[in-house]
Amino acid sequence: MKPSPFEYHRPESLEEALGMLARDPDESKVLAGGQSLVPMMNFRLASPTRLIDINRVPDLEGMSVSGDRLRVAARTRHIDVQRNELPGPLGELLREAAGHVGHLPIRTRGTFGGSIAHCDAASEWCQVAALLDAEMTVVSASRGERTIQAADFFQSIFTTSLELDEILVAVTLPVLGETWVTGIAEFARRAGDFGIVTATTALNIVEGVVAEARISLGGVHEIPFRSEAAETVLAGQAFTPELVVAAAEAAADEVDPPSDVHGDADYRRDLVRALLPRAVRSGMGAT
Amino acid sequence: MIGDRARRIEDPVLLRGAGRFAADTVRSGELHMRVVRSPVAHGRIVKVDVSQALLLDGVVTAWTFDDIAELPAIGFRLTPRPELIPYRQPVLARREVRYVGEPVAVVFATSAYLAEDGAELVDVEIEPGQAHLQADTEPIPWIDAEQATWASNTGDQVAAQDSEATTFVEEYGDIDAAFAKADRLVKKGTHRVFTTEARIGRHTAVPMECRGLVASYDESDQLLVVDGAAKVPFWNREAIAAMVGLPPHRVVVRETHVGGGFGPRGELYPEDVLVTVAAMRLRRPIKWIEDRQEHLVATNHSRGQHHRIQALVRVEDGFIEAMDAEFFLDQGAYVRTHGATVASLTASMLPGPYVIPHFRARARVRLTHKTPAGTYRSPGRYEGTFARERLVDTIARELGLDPATVRRTNFIPADKMPFERPIQAMGTHLVHDSGDYALLLDKVSERFDFPGIRAEVEGRRAQGELVGFGFGYFVEKSGIGPFEGARVAVDGAGQVTISCGASSVGQGVDTVLAQVVADGLQISHEPIRVVRGRTDLFEYGRGAFATRLAVMAGSAAAIATEALAEKARRVAAHEFKVSFEEVELVEGGVEVRENRAQRLTLGEIAQLLEPMNAAAMKEEPGFSADGWFRTDHMTYPYGLHAAVVSIDRETGHLAIERFIVGYDVGRALNPTLVEGQITGGVAQGIGGAVYEEFLYSEDGTPLCTTFMDYLIPTVREMPDVEILLTEDAPSPLNPLGVKGAGEGGTTAVAAAIGSAVDDALRIPGAITSVPIRPLLLRRLVDQVSIP
Repeated sequence: MKPSPFEYHRPESLEEALGMLARDPDESKVLAGGQSLVPMMNFRLASPTRLIDINRVPDLEGMSVSGDRLRVAARTRHIDVQRNELPGPLGELLREAAGHVGHLPIRTRGTFGGSIAHCDAASEWCQVAALLDAEMTVVSASRGERTIQAADFFQSIFTTSLELDEILVAVTLPVLGETWVTGIAEFARRAGDFGIVTATTALNIVEGVVAEARISLGGVHEIPFRSEAAETVLAGQAFTPELVVAAAEAAADEVDPPSDVHGDADYRRDLVRALLPRAVRSGMGAT
Repeated sequence: MIGDRARRIEDPVLLRGAGRFAADTVRSGELHMRVVRSPVAHGRIVKVDVSQALLLDGVVTAWTFDDIAELPAIGFRLTPRPELIPYRQPVLARREVRYVGEPVAVVFATSAYLAEDGAELVDVEIEPGQAHLQADTEPIPWIDAEQATWASNTGDQVAAQDSEATTFVEEYGDIDAAFAKADRLVKKGTHRVFTTEARIGRHTAVPMECRGLVASYDESDQLLVVDGAAKVPFWNREAIAAMVGLPPHRVVVRETHVGGGFGPRGELYPEDVLVTVAAMRLRRPIKWIEDRQEHLVATNHSRGQHHRIQALVRVEDGFIEAMDAEFFLDQGAYVRTHGATVASLTASMLPGPYVIPHFRARARVRLTHKTPAGTYRSPGRYEGTFARERLVDTIARELGLDPATVRRTNFIPADKMPFERPIQAMGTHLVHDSGDYALLLDKVSERFDFPGIRAEVEGRRAQGELVGFGFGYFVEKSGIGPFEGARVAVDGAGQVTISCGASSVGQGVDTVLAQVVADGLQISHEPIRVVRGRTDLFEYGRGAFATRLAVMAGSAAAIATEALAEKARRVAAHEFKVSFEEVELVEGGVEVRENRAQRLTLGEIAQLLEPMNAAAMKEEPGFSADGWFRTDHMTYPYGLHAAVVSIDRETGHLAIERFIVGYDVGRALNPTLVEGQITGGVAQGIGGAVYEEFLYSEDGTPLCTTFMDYLIPTVREMPDVEILLTEDAPSPLNPLGVKGAGEGGTTAVAAAIGSAVDDALRIPGAITSVPIRPLLLRRLVDQVSIP
């Protein structure tokens, strides 16, 4: 469990970091919190020969609201997301979701953007990004800044549309109005483990009717899965517990989950049925 | 002092981070060893080419089997049944690989990083064969005559062997006669025959500290010094000496701090041989520190049993007339140092606390293409207790009897103690030395209000919750001999040192030995120094296993202390010119009864025993005394585990809401340490019952090689363990009356949880295997008929 040899670079600015990355993008990896990358290097599942540590790059941490958008800088630690004081349903969702990310030591080091760039289907932040159609702001030395929609960003397992010479610098999320109800429910064998299945939900309920429904599921597909079937069941209907159960059924029918040592496909479908309503209920102040 | 909740004398060092674990030993010029392991479960070795590794800067050398061909296979430490010899493991894979993780080559380099880089450059080519993964299907051809002959190493030809390494029977009474009349009794309606199955998943200990060893040959002292040993340093000294070709007195094996043992840690493995042989050959210090991924495929696995039990039972009260059991033990790819220990213990301890007049257990130890298996905390008892207690629950349910009553009916009565069961356990006659099994059940039931728990569970069930209560009863064994020794010495400053052959795996043996000596000398235990685990500082030691040290080393320390106190009184009597009877030991000194002003402290007595003066008193010089404790029999502590569990209908999540342990240890030398042992043991038992299992794909690839796949319970999954310690049955076999505390926290966890889950589901006999996963529970929930 010792990594292969690598060069270690510690740039002091974003420009310097991008320049270093551009020099040999195929062989380089950006290091932020290191909570996934370092174990993978120790297992020699990843053997980058150049590591670019962006922990000294300024202006990559923090959350700020501008208009109806929340910008989360990429290197913001999970713990800081968990401690956010943003009022309303988005702030609540972020706090709830952060509580499911690993254990406290992991949360003090791991980063929001790192988790999204890593693109693990079980990651809470990938779920949230998919759920709310987040926009990823990425930068390269040669092409400058561009924005990628979540639907285009997550490609397949551990694969995003981030180019090898690009760095993810921020993720932008919509600040949800007070009519929105957000929630997350996760099932893991042990506290702090990656969820076997995770359900994240955001419903805009206006005068008892679901004006808009967003449902994202983790652990059922190689990337976060937006359940169109469930969203269709919910949208435009009067909000009732029965409606949510029907949506969960639709989602369970729609997914084609993998089987592994933690559970087979049918069990994961059962978890979708169980967790989707729990996510909705958690947002309504009940479990 | 004995029986006090005394603070651990080990802790000040450990809490300051000043401990020295295996990896903390650093020697100048040391080389780091990295093992190249087989990536396939079974296959013929076509090529192992180390030439590219040798070209890497920093790599000093690399070996394959051919480089160590003269080393024999690794021998047995315990239960060395002769038929097992052909199945022993070579130090490096020879011609074939038989499990993923088997050492095929080894690289030595100037850093751990370079050693791992070098290991990646070793070119291993293996022609894969079929992986055989089931221990309970028909045996298959396993090793050819050439391999069997080589592994046996006797010079005689040995025939090819199949995958059943051994099968043997432990029995008493007349099982065939008992079952011969079964048909008639069943027809008459007085008896019934029950048949049950039980499976216990393959899992093992994952001590916080993985294995490690540092060896260096000291040219000036002409000594091979081995640091980082654990558990059995004295036995390993002999084994290492034989492997490296030195006489034992030229080998020093030293225990450092040990971050947990639990059975696997400290046995002699291929890596230990490679480290020590390399230290001799290369004449440089060699260091090997196992990483966690290696640990999960290289260190002994355990459990992995499938039981089938048939029992002839009296209908009236559930009395078990006869039990006929057969079990399959998944041994993995080789038979390691434990020989047939686990199978033997499983068979002999299967009857547990019950009389069972006619008994037979047939053990079948079968090889598979998996990591070799050995002992793990409560070996054989964890498995057997699950199988037996599931049977007893089945009997109670089918006959409509209360499960506690059925157990009472079958208990060995207190007035039959000591109770001899005419079978062997670990080579000793199995004699339950003392016990009142019904009394403990009464006490636990009263202390924790079992009727109240039952009522609460019923109330919640009426509300629709899936909640259940169940328990399992067990007998443990501890204090295996044949001997242990201790020397207690006092210096001129009055400070006490205990030297012994004991080993510490972190269990607090230093503290309890200090308490025993402090008790005898009426002094504080805290300043006492305990020297153990060092082959250069004591002559004999059998090791830290089988829950033996409180009994064995504790008794030896008590005997030594008594001898030391006598010597102190002789010296004082001589000094004050009074008789031996006129002086007594009081609080670290000896006083004349009639004139308390005439007092010598232990330090003063030590000064009087300097050689010239000692001769004048006709005493041996030095203020020390040795004590030896010998025994042919083990002690048998016993206990009860109970659990309250609830099941989430939708996810199948199992919550262990309460876990209760009642345990009789004869005499608790330090109740806090006993409770600590029990609580840790319960955690490991919960691991095996709910979370931990090594799974394999069809081609034998292990699927659980990190802590993301091999799930050990954390503090977040652990219930508070509620413990009742009793001392109703002191052992008559040792001066302290003590029985061991090391394993009783683990023994009946699977049995208790299995019983509670059955109860929660109200599906009798639903749980026949562990670990109990949410996937299974989710499916069982669909069969629940209650609302």
